[in-house]
Amino acid sequence: MRPLSAEPRYLHRDQPRAAAPRAMRRDPAPSRLAYRLERLWLTPLVRAFTRVGVPVFAVTLGLGIWLGDEGRRADLMQDYQDIKTAVQNRPEFMVSLMKIEGASPEVDTAIRAMLPVPLPASSFAIDLDNYRDTIAKLDAVRDVSIVVRSGGLLAVRVTEREPAILWRTVTGIEMLDETGHRVATLLDRAARSDLPLVAGLGADAAVPEALEILEAAQPILPRTRGLVRMGERRWDLVLDHDQRILLPEAEPARAVERLLALDAAEDLLARDFTQLDLRNRERPTLRLSASAMDTFKTLAGQTIQVKATP
Amino acid sequence: MTDLYQSQRAMRNMRKAAMQRGVVALLDIGTSKIACLVLRFDGADTLRDAEGIGSLAGQSGFRVIGAATTRSRGVRFGEIDAMAETERAIRTAVQAAQKMANTRVDHVIACFAGAEPRSYGLAGDVEVLGGQVDEQDVARVLASCDLPPIGQGREVLHAHPVNFALDHRSGLGDPRGHVGQRLAVDMHLLTVDETVIQNLIYCIRRCDLELAGVASSAYVSGLSSLVEDELELGSACIDMGGGATGVSIFMKKHMIFADAVRLGGDHVTRDIAAGLQVPMAVAERIKTFHGGVVATGMDDRELIELSGSSGDWEKDRRQVSRAELIGIMRPRVEEILEDVRALLDAAGFDHLPSQQIVLTGGASQIPGLDGLAARILGHNVRLGRPLRVQGLPQAATGSSFSSVVGLALFAAHPQDEWWDFEAPAERLGARSLRRAFRWFRENW
Repeated sequence: MRPLSAEPRYLHRDQPRAAAPRAMRRDPAPSRLAYRLERLWLTPLVRAFTRVGVPVFAVTLGLGIWLGDEGRRADLMQDYQDIKTAVQNRPEFMVSLMKIEGASPEVDTAIRAMLPVPLPASSFAIDLDNYRDTIAKLDAVRDVSIVVRSGGLLAVRVTEREPAILWRTVTGIEMLDETGHRVATLLDRAARSDLPLVAGLGADAAVPEALEILEAAQPILPRTRGLVRMGERRWDLVLDHDQRILLPEAEPARAVERLLALDAAEDLLARDFTQLDLRNRERPTLRLSASAMDTFKTLAGQTIQVKATP
Repeated sequence: MTDLYQSQRAMRNMRKAAMQRGVVALLDIGTSKIACLVLRFDGADTLRDAEGIGSLAGQSGFRVIGAATTRSRGVRFGEIDAMAETERAIRTAVQAAQKMANTRVDHVIACFAGAEPRSYGLAGDVEVLGGQVDEQDVARVLASCDLPPIGQGREVLHAHPVNFALDHRSGLGDPRGHVGQRLAVDMHLLTVDETVIQNLIYCIRRCDLELAGVASSAYVSGLSSLVEDELELGSACIDMGGGATGVSIFMKKHMIFADAVRLGGDHVTRDIAAGLQVPMAVAERIKTFHGGVVATGMDDRELIELSGSSGDWEKDRRQVSRAELIGIMRPRVEEILEDVRALLDAAGFDHLPSQQIVLTGGASQIPGLDGLAARILGHNVRLGRPLRVQGLPQAATGSSFSSVVGLALFAAHPQDEWWDFEAPAERLGARSLRRAFRWFRENW
């Protein structure tokens, strides 16, 4: 049976033939050039070169040509510096105030003088580590921490060394802390009469031992004038009336305790002597003063005489 | 002959180079389609170390990474007819396969079906010189085979040493190291038309590819579609292609005969186009969709719409019954099979211990062909499909791809051919030089 609407049997003249496009269908085969290019592209070396080598080369060449000009290079550096400065000088990064905690007025002044740049300055311009090290080099400063707080505040927290002892040297009196580190120079001994005094070469190296001795010698402190380091190895305890107690090199505090025990038993320190040698713990030796010696001789003579008389 | 020896050796070296590079293309130049596979060789068998896994007939060493098929143009009877068209078709296939493989291939192993292959059986024997057979004796015995008159313009395609015999012992695969007096060899020689090979080389050169090997399509489809015991016991592989039907007979894993009938599936299409007066494309279409060779009563009622573009409505709207179609196809298929039968008879296929016949190739997919072939060729007929190889796309596993898959096996495990052995050092100069060299090597 025929369909109601049949295909046109005869084509109109202006209507293109249906078969024409089919005849013109493209050849599926690649052209020789396309084939060769495809093969070239599939070569691993060419591929790697095109994908990596050529872009790298092009970028390098472009940059090289662009930067070849001296003025352009300088401009670029200038621009970079400008941008850097602009960012660094933004108000968010500015430090306008320095707050120092825990420092005496002298140290405070010194720390402020050490600040490398005048405030207000950018926080990038302050090398905090360097500044901290500089501050830590001060003798009076034991520990320091520096923080840039928000609001442009440079907070310096200082822990000062506490003077524990005075050291009389040829040049003057130095204040030392409990480890023997110098704190400051003292011009007047009377200004810190509460601190004990040591003297002698190398005394600062043995400050802990000296403090130990002084701790042990607490009962006789009012009579004590100070400690003298002898030969950089042992201490002499100097009392008033030019009395000197020679302490041993080892365990001087024990020797002082023995001395106090002797004193309690025999009232030793009230005697008139110039030197009490405790270096040999088996045999404390006493050197009498000249008048005491005379008295002793007189008393001894009387005794002999008394003995001789009967 | 020496010329051939040199060219084949050069081709073998190129194949070695391709395998070393790891990528080789396989090209089946058929009459109806050109198929291209790209193989990647993974070097040594990776599965070799695994316990209990064999080498899978050497397949573990390679993998198919690209496959493409294109309609063949310019090939007739399995021979290149229009060079430019064929070259374009090869380019299409190779480019598509390259694109799929994402790599460039430079070496191509090709096979073709036509060129009037002829088989020759050669025999030669020689006295063993040193008491023990060495390479030189093998070379001499191969050289002692008399070349039959293959005719002008013929070229040797395959030359397989099929059998070695030493004194009374025959069936030696490798005679080297055996002790004996007289070494004899049987060789199978396959010659084809020289011009066909030259055309092929020219076409492949034009595509910027190097030819790394040529094989007969009948041989390689036998390699892929016959199973191992069929290869061993004796069988024939019939590769029914578009323009030519190749016949190869295998025995003891060697091809002992090959020939081709210059008829194929395209002739069936041509008959349909002539008989039903439809275009070739339509004929091909109804052949593949409705074709068959055994008609039943049902087929009279099954009507096939014919289409056409002649402009005549009555002509373009005809219908034929499937029985008519079968009536057109069957005589031609019978003719092809009769010709194959004649070839097998001429080759003495009847005398083989096992007479398995395997039909493969694109035209073997006609429904009912196995029954028809059993009537004409003998009882042991089966349809063969190519071996499964690693990475082969599903679309390329059909029986029409048996020759290209066989090429893959051929490339991975080529059989020793005559030119793989050393040339005999016949001239005294070469011989004494060789002896001097050996003396040096042994003493230092």
